[in-house]
Amino acid sequence: MSLDIKPSKISLVIGASSVGTLIEWYDFYIFGMLATIISKQFFPSDAGTSALLSTLAIFAAGFIVRPFGALVFGRLGDLIGRKYTFLLTLVLMGGSTFAIGLVPGFATIGWAAPILVLILRLVQGLALGGEYGGAATYVAEHAPANRRGFWTSWIQTTATLGLFLALGVIILIRSNQGVEAFSAEWGGWRYPFWMSIVLVGVSIVIRMKMSESPMFTKLKSEGKTSTNPLKESFGNKANFKMVLLALFGAVMGQGVIWYTGQFYAQSFIETVCKVEFVQSRNLMLWAILFATPFFVVFGYLSDRIGRKWIMMFGMLAGILTYRPIYQYFLDATNAKNRTEKIDLAHTVVSEKVASVDSKIATKLYVVQKMDTAYTDGAVFSYTKTDTINLTHRMDEASAGSIQYTQVNAKDATKLDTIQVKLKSAKGAILDATKTVQVRIASVSQKSNVLVEKTLDKTTYWNLIWLVFIQILYVTMVYGPIAAFLVELFPTKIRYTSMSLPYHIGNGVFGGLVPFLGTLIVEFTKTADNPSGDPLAGLWYPIGVASICLFIGVIYLTNRVDKEVMD
Amino acid sequence: MNTIKKILGLVWMFLAPAIIWFLASQAIQKITAANSLTKSNVTLQWGIILTIFTPICIGFFIFGYYAFKGEYDQLPASSKDLE
Repeated sequence: MSLDIKPSKISLVIGASSVGTLIEWYDFYIFGMLATIISKQFFPSDAGTSALLSTLAIFAAGFIVRPFGALVFGRLGDLIGRKYTFLLTLVLMGGSTFAIGLVPGFATIGWAAPILVLILRLVQGLALGGEYGGAATYVAEHAPANRRGFWTSWIQTTATLGLFLALGVIILIRSNQGVEAFSAEWGGWRYPFWMSIVLVGVSIVIRMKMSESPMFTKLKSEGKTSTNPLKESFGNKANFKMVLLALFGAVMGQGVIWYTGQFYAQSFIETVCKVEFVQSRNLMLWAILFATPFFVVFGYLSDRIGRKWIMMFGMLAGILTYRPIYQYFLDATNAKNRTEKIDLAHTVVSEKVASVDSKIATKLYVVQKMDTAYTDGAVFSYTKTDTINLTHRMDEASAGSIQYTQVNAKDATKLDTIQVKLKSAKGAILDATKTVQVRIASVSQKSNVLVEKTLDKTTYWNLIWLVFIQILYVTMVYGPIAAFLVELFPTKIRYTSMSLPYHIGNGVFGGLVPFLGTLIVEFTKTADNPSGDPLAGLWYPIGVASICLFIGVIYLTNRVDKEVMD
Repeated sequence: MNTIKKILGLVWMFLAPAIIWFLASQAIQKITAANSLTKSNVTLQWGIILTIFTPICIGFFIFGYYAFKGEYDQLPASSKDLE
């Protein structure tokens, strides 16, 4: 049995479904893209790595509840229909995203800030859990049997394009505002969240004009819809075993490949390789732009040669090449590997600028900037902050910053006095002639060094190419998977049955890649090796993808099911 | 191939509790080793990991059991086979 639907109508169905899904992905991902800023805004300022881990945990919480969203909204979708269910998820997603942008920071409302963000993040996760299965099912139920992979692959592009949109919007706002204004408590980082309400509004208007899925309408008119989709999906052994097979033989591997290629890569390049904020995001944008068409290519191909082997090849490629790729990321951005260029490198050291801690007037921070410009165009910037403890309070300098002008001893660890010129907060010298003598109690042994690397053109494009390759793997595993899942389950419980494995695979296994990857690296840190093994985090996606590949190859079939009307 | 599927079923059935045991022992080790400043964070992190992966491992065990019983020897050709 097949449905006679005009190509123009299918294009409309795909367009309307994709726009809404794309916006939901955008909403979901801006949180991850801004994790570093969010960790500073919603957690205590001295929490350091643990604040970032907690933010990643909140980020991951959004993924973890996705399976519950799949159950709640999947059930609704099989009971009342696809159209109204994913309309509801869109409203929930837009509302919660907008609200995250309104939550005051930790400095204003304390621990209420991360708790509110966590609750809103959970709503986001629930909404997304209901959205994707609905959109994929809706498009698949409109598509002709021999082109299901091709048409659903358009829905598959939306997750990556949502990421693209999130990155693009963030870079645009940050470039216009400047770093400080962007990162302030009520700064530009909130705009991407606020923008969501407009995007969702537009999408709701479009979706309101769509009609219900023809297969679901037919089932409903015949009175054959499920009365208890949850029971029929998971209480029925024959169906439940297919849910398990879909999860362990396809989706969990697909999930880790997706999040390693697009999220872990970006996080690694920024936080481990220390590539400058805008450049690290720009290279992701290029890679995504070049790779996105391949979702459609592999979706189309899956209609011709079957879905299984395309997905399995994508997993195998990831397993074999992740470590060499990430090793290259490390080597290419390591200053020690630039020995042939260092002789000609031009290093500029800024004057030392000191400021008194506003709360503890006996603490003096000395900040020194150093830029090393290499002959190939790369610039590595280092900002070193030393902490000097004074014997007496320096309240007279706390009104503004002070300029560090002279050190009275050659050995910094044996300093006894320093001289300062008083400066206002804006940098104007208040009294150029006045100097203040202070006694130094101690100098902290450990300097805090921030590194920011701007890459040369060749390395930059090499990194783009390597991220592109990883996203190409994503297109292999993700392009055909919507059609694959749709074909596994019957119409009356399809929304519920396919949503759960999809969101456990992507939300739990995939969504935890950045969090678990960071955690595994933390475990490898020892007193002898304080940085740990930066590549250790890759063992999680490699391990999960390997088990999934093994199960998929042995247990899955490559047969394309032409009949999804049953 | 069906024999391989069944034998591997046993492997999955063994692997599922092994993963839970590994995670639980890691959790105890890391939480015990954490200092007072990081203890609550480490406990939260491992609490999340165990809460999530325990039911998934149970699902993995059931998958292994089905494989061992030959439930995947012949995959359904149509939705009627799922009823």
